Amino acid sequence: MKILIVDDFSTMRRIIKNLLRDLGFTNTDEADDGNTALPMLQSGKYDFLVTDWNMPGMSGFDLLKAVRADENLKTLPVLMVTAEAKRDQIVAAAQAGVNGYVVKPFTAAVLKEKIEKIFERIQ
Amino acid sequence: MSDSNNKNPQGLDPEVTEKLRVQANELVEHVNAGDYARAMTLISDLSEVRDQSLYREVGRLTRSLHEAIRNFQIDPRNAEQQEALSKMTDASDRLEYVVQMTGQAANRTMDLVEETMPKAHVIRDEAAALRDEWQRLRRREMQPAEFRDLYGRIDRFFVTLTEDADTIYNNLSEILLAQDFQDLTGQVIQKVTNLVKEVEEHLLSLVVMASHVDQLTGTVHEIESAEVSAEQGVGPQMNAEEREDVVSGQDDVDDLLSSLGF
Repeated sequence: MKILIVDDFSTMRRIIKNLLRDLGFTNTDEADDGNTALPMLQSGKYDFLVTDWNMPGMSGFDLLKAVRADENLKTLPVLMVTAEAKRDQIVAAAQAGVNGYVVKPFTAAVLKEKIEKIFERIQ
Repeated sequence: MSDSNNKNPQGLDPEVTEKLRVQANELVEHVNAGDYARAMTLISDLSEVRDQSLYREVGRLTRSLHEAIRNFQIDPRNAEQQEALSKMTDASDRLEYVVQMTGQAANRTMDLVEETMPKAHVIRDEAAALRDEWQRLRRREMQPAEFRDLYGRIDRFFVTLTEDADTIYNNLSEILLAQDFQDLTGQVIQKVTNLVKEVEEHLLSLVVMASHVDQLTGTVHEIESAEVSAEQGVGPQMNAEEREDVVSGQDDVDDLLSSLGF
């Protein structure tokens, strides 16, 4: 299970990386925005994408849309972990095909629950 | 503006409005009496009154504007003002410092947590293994040779446990100390907040002045309402509980998504 973590703040990437490791996912890579993440997703074989929304360069929302529009990536499970809390945004993310939405600040239990739910649905 | 109380809503002096009233009445009288030459002179007088009041108003506004700009302290002509200017430009440096400090604290904390967590794991695993052995001993299932091994293992465990407990304690106390940024960043943010408030007040008086000029000259601005797109992200929302368009936590998100069939 190879996971890409996309967030412009290294602190948040590190927190998510640690939480994922506690959940048994040790194979993780990091990117600091959509522009960096997309080529990584296209060339590396990732099984799961965890992304923030608000980032300089390409936002997580645009990254989600780019992933869904890419023939090879369109089925990649995407979990959004973000401080964006407007109802319109959550609806937009759902419509764009997000698999899970975690709003910051979040707990380890919430992240675990959402990830497990996503994998349940896939398997 | 201190003298704004003496003015009517259009920002004109009572003296000027009185003059206008008197001359307008005179104008009507002259027109009715057929004295057009006198009426024309009056019209020209009237426009002169308008121009004069405009000039006076513009002069006054220019002085206020100058005052307001000076309050902004963005004119570094002497040492005092240069210091004030640096107060303005300093604000972004200060906020950068806050980002740095919080980042450092977060990383320092995570370093220590990442160092401490495996130790807790090792202690737990070794304690569990020893407990199993201990149970075997109590059930008298242990050979003498095994017991001697256990004897040494318990001894070593006590030594590492003491050392690791010290390390864990020290790491926790360092984590505690790493939170001292809150005091420093709190002070910095308060300073910047005060500066922003100050700037806001000065800006507000500038806006009031500008609207004054607009009223005098009859300028109407077409203000385009710029709808901010949420697609690029807008960041954390304040007072989420009081707002309808914002979720106030993960439960709200889950409810919303399940209402969409998730």
